[in-house]
Order: sequence, then C-alpha cells, then structure tokens
Amino acid sequence: MTVGEHREAVMDGEARRAPEKGVDDERAGEVLRLDGNAAAGILSEVFVPDLTTALATCAHCGTIRAIGALLVYAHGMGMVMRCPNCDAVVLRVARPRTQLWVDLTGAKLVVMAGVGASSVA
Amino acid sequence: MSSGTAATREPGSATVRSAAIAWRLATVVDVVTETPRARTLVLDVPGWPGHRAGQHVDVRLTAEDGYQAERSYSIASAPEDARIALTVQRLDDGEVSPYLSDVLRGGDRLELRGPIGGYFVWGVALGGPLFLVAGGSGIVPLMAMLRHRAAALTANGDARHGVPARLLYSSRRWEDVFYRAELARLAEDDGTLEVALALTHEAPPGWTGFRRLIDGRMLAEVAWPPAERPKVFVCGPTPLVEAVATALVELGHDPALVKTERFGPTGGSRSAA
Repeated sequence: MTVGEHREAVMDGEARRAPEKGVDDERAGEVLRLDGNAAAGILSEVFVPDLTTALATCAHCGTIRAIGALLVYAHGMGMVMRCPNCDAVVLRVARPRTQLWVDLTGAKLVVMAGVGASSVA
Repeated sequence: MSSGTAATREPGSATVRSAAIAWRLATVVDVVTETPRARTLVLDVPGWPGHRAGQHVDVRLTAEDGYQAERSYSIASAPEDARIALTVQRLDDGEVSPYLSDVLRGGDRLELRGPIGGYFVWGVALGGPLFLVAGGSGIVPLMAMLRHRAAALTANGDARHGVPARLLYSSRRWEDVFYRAELARLAEDDGTLEVALALTHEAPPGWTGFRRLIDGRMLAEVAWPPAERPKVFVCGPTPLVEAVATALVELGHDPALVKTERFGPTGGSRSAA
C-alpha cells in the first residue's frame, strides 16, 4: 500500500492465523454456510453488473433462484455456491494465487434484469 | 487477491481495475464504542458512490510482506449519511477484526471496496411492512435499513408511516446490544416502529423483554401475520438465520419474501470476522 505518511492498515505477523473459528457458544457447531450475497465481492471482479440479483437456473434440478439466495460454502481459495433445493453446485469461484477461476457449469442459465448504467453502483 | 497493490492508488487517480467496484482508501474519522466487543468505525471515503441499506463492503488489510486478508462488513449507516459507518465485533482469534476493533484510530486509513451486494437490500420505495430479525452483530445491515427509514421520514414528512417496521433482535446480554440508545429513541419517536429484544444468556434485573433464543412462538408473536406479506430480512450467525427462516416459512411466510444474510467465521463473513 502506498498511503503516504498515515499509519497503514497493516497486520503484524502474529495476527495471521488459520481461518477464524467461532469463539463463543452461540457460534459453536456453526458451519461455513453463507448466502450468495457473501460472494458479491469476488463476483464483482468478473461481472460488472451485480450478479447477486441475477436469477440462476440450477442445471441439476431446474430451480431458479437469485444468486444472492444460493447457499455459499466459503473456503480459503474461494466459494462454492449450491442450489438451496437440491444442493448441486451451481457456481464456483476461486482465486488461486494471481488467477481467478469461475465455473458456471452448474448454472443452466443466468439472467440479469435491468442491466444498464443504473444497475452498476 | 487478483489485483494486489498495483490496483491501489489514491482515490481519483487511474486504477488498473477493470471491474466496476474499485478498491478505495478510506480514512477513519471517528471511532465509537458500541459494546465491550464492538466498535463503529466512521469512515470518510473519497469518491464513495453511495449505497443502499443492507449492502456491505470488503475490507482488505495488507501486511508488510504483502500478505493480504479480506473480510466483508455490513454498512451500518444510512445511505443519506455522507460518511459510512462499519460496526465491527471483535473475534478474539480473528486475524482482521481485532485490528479493526482495537487498533485502528482516527486518521488511520484502510482499503475497502463497495458497496457490494444488491440482494439483501431494502429502501422505502420497496415498501413494507418491514420485519427485521437480527442475532448479535447481524443487527448492522438492519440498522442501516432503520436509519434509512428514519431519514426518509425527516426528508419526506410522514413517508415512513407507510412502512411500519418491527425489529426482533437477539443478543447474549444487555451490554452486548448494539445501538441501544438509538434504537430506544427511534422506537420512542415513531409509533410505527416496534423493537423487541431477546436476551439469551443473562438479563438485567426487572427485564421485561424476551429471555430465550428466538423460536417459532416468538416469531409468531412479533411478526406480522403472513397474510400481510411483510418483507423480512434476517441477519445473524448461520444457525440463527436458518432456524428463523425455517420457522417463518413454517408459519406461512412466503419464502420469496424472506431474505437472509448468514455470517460465518471466514473470508465471506459479514460483520463478524
């Protein structure tokens, strides 16, 4: 980062740890299952319109859901997004090193509505 | 990390990113203690394009050797605010949240990109009634919705009275409740906003609110009947969100009107890491 004379947002080495674990009993047993909305950031690196409001058709069972409503399983490399109906993989995004991988084979169709200047925040 | 430091420039200068959402350099202008474990960072973000209530930002920290960690945090402030606010709860073994919640101070800078996510959003134009369910720091994006709703009243006379709202908010203890004073004030000022708190672990003497985990019975008591087709937003830890969403659908709410935002403990997490 080149942030001039201000203190930078820099972590010290010992703060670097394995993926964070739940720390209280409310979080015990929690699985790494999130919503498609959680993938909006990484998807924005590939797709300019917000993909989380797009409708995806599951290639396995045909269920149509907003990508923001898919189930997301996050891991170190990226995210796997599954159909909430049949649990099939609909979309995978990964960021190994300097690459970005997108696997859309589980989505038969992705429809973005209202794509225009106003839809791009 | 796709772009590394090459994409980081002073705001306003050219950037190598081709995507619509660029990394920006935000400056901390204020830090507000919310609970013993959570602080709100008020940020000045030059070039901020504005957001909708419920959206989040990705925050990126870079170590001196180039190691980077990214976390997502919901925006707590209303779209009407000039500055954006993030409320960060510290996870003791987290690698990002302790820095944000303990170390950062006014004048410090950090990298963020946003606003992100158009799915879990609400604005007065979407109407209501609005039913919000929060667990722990899951209150943050819902607070942005309530603040937006209140700001719309100020701007448009009685606009929010067309959108009655109810919040059901579960915390472990009274001192863990985010935005306590503001929620009380909002509810007091506005007869169409009801706030119900549930304390799961410990309650102060004389507590008259709920004293257990959110369950179907509580939801039936607090939520509008399904026939009124409330717009529902649920945010919190994954088990809470899934239990609440399941119970609401069992009560007869249309799944299409129940939007959820789970947050978990890793990179995709919201408000919790």
